[in-house]
Amino acid sequence: MSQTDYHYQKKDLPTGFSKIGLILFLVGTALSLLAFFVDQERAVFNYLVTYLMIVSVGLGSLFLIALEYIAGADWSTPIRRIPEFFAGLLPVLLVLVIPLLVFNHDLFHWAHKEAMADDKILQGKAPYLNVTFFIIRTFVFIGLWSLFYWVMTRNSRKQDSSKDQTLTKKNIRLAAIFIPVFALSLTFTAIDFMMSLEPHWFSTIFGVYFFSGIVVAALAAITLVVIYLKDKGYFSPWMNDDHLFSLGALLFAFINFWAYIAFSQFILIWYADLPEETFWFLTRWNGGWMFFSIGLIVIHFLVPYFALLSQPSKMNPKRLKFIAIWLLFAHLFDLFWLIMPNIGSMKNGYLFSWIDLVFPIAGTGIVILVFAFAAKKANMIPIGDPKLKRGIDFHL
Amino acid sequence: MNNDKKIFGIAATFKTPNEIINAAKKVSNSGYTAFDVNTPYPVHGMDSAMKIKPSKLGFVTLVTGLSGAAIALLFMYWSMSVDYPLVIGGKPFFALPAFIPVTFELTVLLATVSTVIAMIALFFRLPDNKHPLHDTDYMKSVSADKYGIVIESTDTKFDETSATDFLKNLNPLKIEVIYYPAEEPYPIFQPKFIIFLIIIAVVVSGGTYLMLNKLLYITPFNWMMEQDKLTPQKGSELFADGYGMRTPVEGTVAKGFIPYPYAGQTNPTEVLSNPFLLTKENIELGKGKFFTYCSPCHGYFADGDSRLRGQFPNPPTLHSKRARDFSDGMIYHIITNGQNVMPSYTSQISREERWAIVNYVRVLQRAKNASDSDLIDMNKETGSNVTN
Repeated sequence: MSQTDYHYQKKDLPTGFSKIGLILFLVGTALSLLAFFVDQERAVFNYLVTYLMIVSVGLGSLFLIALEYIAGADWSTPIRRIPEFFAGLLPVLLVLVIPLLVFNHDLFHWAHKEAMADDKILQGKAPYLNVTFFIIRTFVFIGLWSLFYWVMTRNSRKQDSSKDQTLTKKNIRLAAIFIPVFALSLTFTAIDFMMSLEPHWFSTIFGVYFFSGIVVAALAAITLVVIYLKDKGYFSPWMNDDHLFSLGALLFAFINFWAYIAFSQFILIWYADLPEETFWFLTRWNGGWMFFSIGLIVIHFLVPYFALLSQPSKMNPKRLKFIAIWLLFAHLFDLFWLIMPNIGSMKNGYLFSWIDLVFPIAGTGIVILVFAFAAKKANMIPIGDPKLKRGIDFHL
Repeated sequence: MNNDKKIFGIAATFKTPNEIINAAKKVSNSGYTAFDVNTPYPVHGMDSAMKIKPSKLGFVTLVTGLSGAAIALLFMYWSMSVDYPLVIGGKPFFALPAFIPVTFELTVLLATVSTVIAMIALFFRLPDNKHPLHDTDYMKSVSADKYGIVIESTDTKFDETSATDFLKNLNPLKIEVIYYPAEEPYPIFQPKFIIFLIIIAVVVSGGTYLMLNKLLYITPFNWMMEQDKLTPQKGSELFADGYGMRTPVEGTVAKGFIPYPYAGQTNPTEVLSNPFLLTKENIELGKGKFFTYCSPCHGYFADGDSRLRGQFPNPPTLHSKRARDFSDGMIYHIITNGQNVMPSYTSQISREERWAIVNYVRVLQRAKNASDSDLIDMNKETGSNVTN
């Protein structure tokens, strides 16, 4: 077909890239430490929001890699290295999670012995919700994610030089094992870190809700970086507008999926109208939280839905870039909405504080640094992948 | 070649998808606009090779989808909140979350159905059974394993020889000239065809009628309407007089019935004595029944101040000396039997309730005509200081 030369030459990321990451990380960390001494509880809750945002980007990326292998998709092969770099966040979680485990007393009502003493419901949940088991399963999950990340990306990188097709087969098998592991560990992570903040509340769809959010976040992050690097010429013969369209279409699909799941959770609780379930939504309707709840529908669904509805808008890099940034914010907003109303002093309404703004800065810095670190060692294009040729020729 | 026929276009067939994409690119680049590509399956990248603009079909979907949402929401708003508001599960009349699934379904339904219809009718211009490409060898090969391109004669640049030469340069397997089919009168207007249709219509409808109503007639399910039990006013063949409704045996007494010995007497010489004690419950019962049945004519306080505004003659007050001197049994007798224009209340008010009303009338009479000793007792109980 086209006579383009597919000779790959490794180009380093722009030098400013990791510099920006470092500045953001240092400034954000300094401000976050200050925040910690000003208001410890609020700082820990904000840390949890940012931590889960990093989990979302990293784990969602690994899921998308696994999805590519297991579905035999070839359109995404030329840009697969981007989620592979993002998934490099997963081993970092082993360190990032430690403050949450240390300050579990600030986060979790069920970690208080005196609260458990005269609460029959919490006593019933104690075999699951106790600090020891919580720490064990947290590390087991992060360990499993890191393991799958490590093995799958190592296979992928080995292929660059060896061109060995059996490595793709190995990764397909790994992906098939990873998907159920991912489904379970993700559900339990959502329950542990978000649902158990309000230990009396329960929603069986909660894991799926978090899943729909993390795929949106990971896709948005990938889209953003792909467009950024494409503008700088990193993907010049390797991808075209149809790849962007596919990313946009997937984003569009998962926005709808998120709305579908979020609404399913809401309408069941709204219709049954049982006090033990409705209070969770009523808390999020108190005072200023009402605007957060309405804002979530607008930010996470209505605006991106209409922005991505038409076909040209999914191919327009400028608009797609804006939507990607918007959706990253939307997922952060979603996590904020899920987590922050559980602070005792904010149950009756949102009170603004500068603390809410500083943690995402440090988080962005960490993501950029880890991405730059992972990208330094590896090729930007999986040049040994047998699916690459078809991926480059991908047309709608 | 037959020169009477009008040329529809020049068709070329190719062997591989790469060749057809290349051909489409070259044809579109050389300035042809009226051309079409026929392949056995969708070839990726064809839209850009042919320089086709994005389809306008999406706007049909958008408009019908939005109208589906609007129809669903407005109809549910009108039916559930305006025309016939019903409280369901304690939810508000306009319960938006409950309406969302229906809105979603109707949006999707209208959008998809109208998109398919619009695609077939407006964009494919179907049903079209006389397209020139029909029944050509070209169409037979490109719907099986070849890839074809047709430059149509409607193109402003079209010229038979130049188009043929142009396509020849692309090394096709085969080049064909495709002509418009000969004009035929529409077969639908031929009298033979119309008569044939009429005969078919008569035979099918007549046959269906005979089949369903005569040969295979099945009684409709009407067992609930035609029951064997005797309903009121229904005749019976069992009894000699033919009446289904029977009178009870002579001397039958209804369950729970206690005969009133002084029925029908205007001025009974003796009456019953009150079997009920003046308890609070009993007076409350009497008050309720008095308000319901007696107060419309006698007034709430038995003053004879009717609420009926002259539609019925006002009764005298029950606070007169005569009424106060009635025994309990006499008042009971009047309620039971009626007096002057007052009818009997036996069918409306039960025996116990009638005695309760008697007790309540006694309370009213005593309250209205309280003696000094009553006032002293009351002042003692309530601590007030009321004098007569």
